[in-house]
Amino acid sequence: MTDSSKPPSDARRAFLSQLGLAATYTGAVTGFGALGVAQGVAAKSETPATGGSFPTPDYDWTGHQWAFGVDATKCIGCLRCVEACKRENDVAGDAHHFRTWVERYVYLEGETRARIDSHHDPVNIEASGSEAEYRFADRYKDAKVEKAFFVPKLCNHCTHPACVQVCPVGATYRTKDGVVLIDHEYCIGCRYCVQACPYGARFFNDEKRVSDKCTWCYHRITKGLQPACVEVCPVGARVFGDLKDKQSPISLFIRNNRVQVLRPESGNAPNVFYVGIDREVG
Amino acid sequence: MDPLFHAAPFIGYVYPNETIIEWTVLIVIYPYLTGLVAGAFTVSSLYQVFRMERFKPVAHLALLTSLCCMLIVPMPLILHLGHPERALNSMITPHWSSAFAIFGYMAGFYVILLMLETWFVYRPYIVQQARESKRPLQWFYQLLSLGSYDLSEKAMSYDRKWIFTLAVIGIPAAHGLHGYIGFVFGSLKAREWWSSDLMPLVFLFSAIISGTALLIVIYVLSCRLRKVPVDLPCLKGMAYALWGFMMFTLLLEGVEFASLVYRGREGIEIIMEYVRGPLLITFFVLQFCVGSLIPLTLLSYMIWRGTTGRALVAGVTTCAVLVLFAVLMMRWNVVVGGQEIAKTGKGLLDYHPPIFGKESLLTSAALIAMPFVLLWIMVKLFPPWEKQEARSASLAGHSS
Repeated sequence: MTDSSKPPSDARRAFLSQLGLAATYTGAVTGFGALGVAQGVAAKSETPATGGSFPTPDYDWTGHQWAFGVDATKCIGCLRCVEACKRENDVAGDAHHFRTWVERYVYLEGETRARIDSHHDPVNIEASGSEAEYRFADRYKDAKVEKAFFVPKLCNHCTHPACVQVCPVGATYRTKDGVVLIDHEYCIGCRYCVQACPYGARFFNDEKRVSDKCTWCYHRITKGLQPACVEVCPVGARVFGDLKDKQSPISLFIRNNRVQVLRPESGNAPNVFYVGIDREVG
Repeated sequence: MDPLFHAAPFIGYVYPNETIIEWTVLIVIYPYLTGLVAGAFTVSSLYQVFRMERFKPVAHLALLTSLCCMLIVPMPLILHLGHPERALNSMITPHWSSAFAIFGYMAGFYVILLMLETWFVYRPYIVQQARESKRPLQWFYQLLSLGSYDLSEKAMSYDRKWIFTLAVIGIPAAHGLHGYIGFVFGSLKAREWWSSDLMPLVFLFSAIISGTALLIVIYVLSCRLRKVPVDLPCLKGMAYALWGFMMFTLLLEGVEFASLVYRGREGIEIIMEYVRGPLLITFFVLQFCVGSLIPLTLLSYMIWRGTTGRALVAGVTTCAVLVLFAVLMMRWNVVVGGQEIAKTGKGLLDYHPPIFGKESLLTSAALIAMPFVLLWIMVKLFPPWEKQEARSASLAGHSS
């Protein structure tokens, strides 16, 4: 497995930007089927973004196709990712607003259904002492646990995002590099997108009075950095990278593992790829 | 000051962000008001388009009711927005893939249509008042007459053509507006409770019964206030319409629920837990038994026994009040119910609207009351009653 926390080197990015519009990248995405290819071909005709609309003026959004991987077999439920995300993105420090969260699945002996909880569970809040402290309560210490694992969750940045489809003003959109963003200056705050997301990834930002969600730390990734949650993960359970780079952590993660996505039947074509999750995860 | 958010208690597993119910009681009021618009317009059209003479006593009242409700329809939506000042963005830069992008245009078109039809219907009255009433009210009617005082037979025939055309266009417009709200909910695949092809039809038929029921209540109440007898053939006509459309509504809701259970897709266990638990009171007791079964039985009994006179008036009005309540509960059960069943399919939430605040029960009550305050003013300015009230009196006497 690759070291996912290491940011891509400048040399590699320079190399990629030279090759960005070349035919090679089409080959990198063929593994993702017709949809990915079609989008790649369409992106080739786009002119690189310039000017002040980007955090980094020289960033070319046609040169990347970002994706995210989660290795649930590695996650230890430390919730550093949740804390880092909240701090990095100024997310409300309570148990009801999350750009990313971690779910715990526990199968007790003799039970057929998993017991699931996350940070908003009153038992966990009580154990951590505050909604702004992120910790899982040791609630199963006296039980016979048959199987247990953690599943980090975040926005899936779908190829066919239901949230983008329903936005009445086009304030939320999918970028050329595969990230679903929200224009907080244009969102009217109707919350139709919050309803439409099957993953519960969106919430209403009560301070700004607009919809909010994970951006894969777009302000960081466009500068060549990793999303905050990936950066802080001590076990490399979160993987991020560029699908157009065949040697990127995410490309290797997808190539070297049998990956799956959440709720594929929704038709949203999510771009967060999971390894090591069970049938009950949705 | 309002707290920034109200977190809903939950059982089972729900996504953390789901613990805040985002479409509140205001979004319950919105389809309720729109339904009243569509229903009242339907009754008006029965006279204006289909020439059903028995609906003549309520035709103008229906039009005014429809207009007053429609003027308030956008308010719960705008109040609910995080940025109400950006509301017009949906019309300036509509995002056409959104089912909601068209709302502004449809609502705007329909308000204009209703105002135009009302103007043509009331033109003779406006002209008369522009000539006869005292200032400053005269100025108001003079302004409304738009300088046209022509009441010749030729002009009136021209007006009648316009009224007919607008009423004909108004039927698909009103029903489209409401059916499409059903689509807004029915097309959301993220929520099993909403995701149904039948949702637009369920909304539409429940709209028609709510509008008809509202007219029954307003008409009977207005007759009481004006101390004139109720036109029984008209009331019977509305009772028949209510009965007929209730049959369709119940059938559609039954089929929708049955197919949801029969399909038994992922998460059906939690849906059934919801149906047997929290929904028992709001759906089975309030919406189904009190609001649907009792009025339907009572109406059937009255039709079967040929009840007439005061008993008919009292019976039909009681049924109408119950139906109005049932449709409000239906909106609640759809809008809130959909959000109380978690997207995880593994948990349930419990929404209790606050009594005070922007998105509260008090605001909702005020929003429901507003069309009627508006209607009271409109009725004073544009009386919807027939000139020869003796006619309705004689009709009432004749049928009883």
